[in-house]
Amino acid sequence: MSDAPEHSPTFARVSLARRLDRAAPYLLVPVLVLLGYMAIGVPSSWLTLTVSGLAMGMMIFIMASGLTLVFGLMDIINFGHGAFISIGAFMGVSVLFWLPGWTQAASLPLNVAAISLAILAAMLLTGAVSWVFERVIVRPVYGSHLKQILITVGALIVLEELIVVVWGGEEIFLSRPEMLQGAITFADAALERYRILAVVVGLLIFAALRLVLQRTKIGLIVRAGVQNAEMVEALGYRLKLVFIGVFVAGSALAGLGGVMWALYEQVITAGMGEGMMILIFIVVIIGGLGSVEGAFIGALLVGLLQNYVAFLEPKLALVSNIALMTAILMWRPQGMMPVMKGH
Amino acid sequence: MIDWLISGDRPRSVALGAVLLGILFSLAFAPFLFPGVRALDTAATILIFIVLVASYDLLLGYSGIVSFAHTMFFGLGAYGVALASIHMGPGWDALIVGALAGALSATVLAYAIGLFSLRVRAIFFAMITLAVASAVAVLVSQLFQLTGGEDGLTYRIPRALTPANRVGELFGVRINGRILAYYLLFFSCTALFLLLLRIVNSPFGRVLQSIRENDFRSEAIGYRVVAYRTAATCLSAAMAALAGSLYAIWLRYVGPDTTLSFEIMIDVLLMVVIGGMGTMYGAVIGATIFVLAQNYLQNLMGAASDATSALPLIPDLINPDRWLLWLGVLFVLSVYFFPTGIVGRLRAGR
Repeated sequence: MSDAPEHSPTFARVSLARRLDRAAPYLLVPVLVLLGYMAIGVPSSWLTLTVSGLAMGMMIFIMASGLTLVFGLMDIINFGHGAFISIGAFMGVSVLFWLPGWTQAASLPLNVAAISLAILAAMLLTGAVSWVFERVIVRPVYGSHLKQILITVGALIVLEELIVVVWGGEEIFLSRPEMLQGAITFADAALERYRILAVVVGLLIFAALRLVLQRTKIGLIVRAGVQNAEMVEALGYRLKLVFIGVFVAGSALAGLGGVMWALYEQVITAGMGEGMMILIFIVVIIGGLGSVEGAFIGALLVGLLQNYVAFLEPKLALVSNIALMTAILMWRPQGMMPVMKGH
Repeated sequence: MIDWLISGDRPRSVALGAVLLGILFSLAFAPFLFPGVRALDTAATILIFIVLVASYDLLLGYSGIVSFAHTMFFGLGAYGVALASIHMGPGWDALIVGALAGALSATVLAYAIGLFSLRVRAIFFAMITLAVASAVAVLVSQLFQLTGGEDGLTYRIPRALTPANRVGELFGVRINGRILAYYLLFFSCTALFLLLLRIVNSPFGRVLQSIRENDFRSEAIGYRVVAYRTAATCLSAAMAALAGSLYAIWLRYVGPDTTLSFEIMIDVLLMVVIGGMGTMYGAVIGATIFVLAQNYLQNLMGAASDATSALPLIPDLINPDRWLLWLGVLFVLSVYFFPTGIVGRLRAGR
């Protein structure tokens, strides 16, 4: 019998390269902002563009977060997500039209209250619709991506057409509440008030999502379910219920994003959600399907890049997103922060 | 002989065979059976959509890949012919160069997209094709100096294929260039369809089907799944581009609405699902039924809507503008209840 081989474990330090590699996605946003500054050169326009890029990114993130969570948790790819954006926008705008006294008053609290009510109504409606959607459309096709894609695309069309039946097929123009119109000047840069509000709301949502996911028990179950659903179920949690909750919450967030986007664009159409889906897909793909942080960073990158490029070279703005996606997928084929599946 | 032509892929159902023969017969003699400009237009559209849908079925039904960029490839072929005809002047060489250039660029683009998305996960493909196709559609409407933007392009094709070319009379029908163009379409589409039938019944097609059923196992047996999926994508893109070129020859006009729009993509999806995924004959039946319904049923809906105008809500729901709503409902229902489509039903009921 021979002796055990010499074995003395050593603690190797994590090398700088590895640390950088792990932190790289987080560093991309400041790097992009810096690059934008160098390319634009004028501090005031750079600040304006950065704020509007951040605002756009935050709104895209709000809409994308639900989609990426639903995918991470249940492996469901929902092409009908865009319909909830449209439904939310139409509902929210209807509420705003019912409250002309609140939106036209020159008082910030009243205006914000009107928007909050609109958002609440939109989230309630999209939540309710998505609950039915989950039962009728999604549940029968668990496990088959092909059928999920086909069925949810069909459902997207049906929901969009139903919007046309209820609200009519024309575009609806709206104006922002009184105190959110116009811009404030800060360091020579014109910053639109509404965009600042959008950044604030987006940060709040991101913070709340992180808080729920990282600090609460339900968040723990969701994160564990993303990693290994079977194990969580074996421990006695009814993951189906959790999933329905996540699906409804994610769709309600899409509704919220829809209201925000409607006020941003100041025009809504039934097809707006379908148009947004393209940006949302790019965001969740580059973020890594299933990762909320990845979607957040991806959304900021898309928003900032689109604004910078539109300023520097308007013709390229369109392809900039595709180019970003291509570059990131070449670097990390699974997206920036892929969710590690435990099975 | 016939067995060789259809690559041994028999209808395997008497009813299906009869329906297919009926469609073949009607299309082959459409100018004589159904005189009139509109009927001929419908027949030509059916021919082109059969090839387009069959090429999509190679992807969706045989390989299990969902793509939303199929109309983009269709459009590439159409714009290829249009641009060649404009810049080289009307002529047969322009048509051939345009069609080949369209097919080639479609193949290259499909290869690039496939390289990115199929490598990792097949579902990336659906999302990435959606993004790329929409970017291309916007690009086409923005680069109006080249593509004519939203207005599209009109151009001239060889005089032999235009109505001005009168040939003579046959069975009481005046033969002009338009009918010659129809037969050009008929024979090209038949050839393309038989080629697709050949592809899916080859060993290559069998491997695709095995990947659709279980990609992990196919990989384990030793087939390079990514390579096969990418090859299927490129082939189907090239076929779609050729169908687009034929469409451009027939219409003598290309525009985003007729070739690139997302609605056509939805139509194609619906035709595949209704006809039956994973069988080329499904494409024939799906395209025929759908194009006929689109051309004639919408009028019926309008009439029904007028007739029920006294009732609440119903006229709104059956208004021809709500066509898409019913398509969507039909689509969802058919994915649920008839995943094998009409062909699957007919074969099962034999």
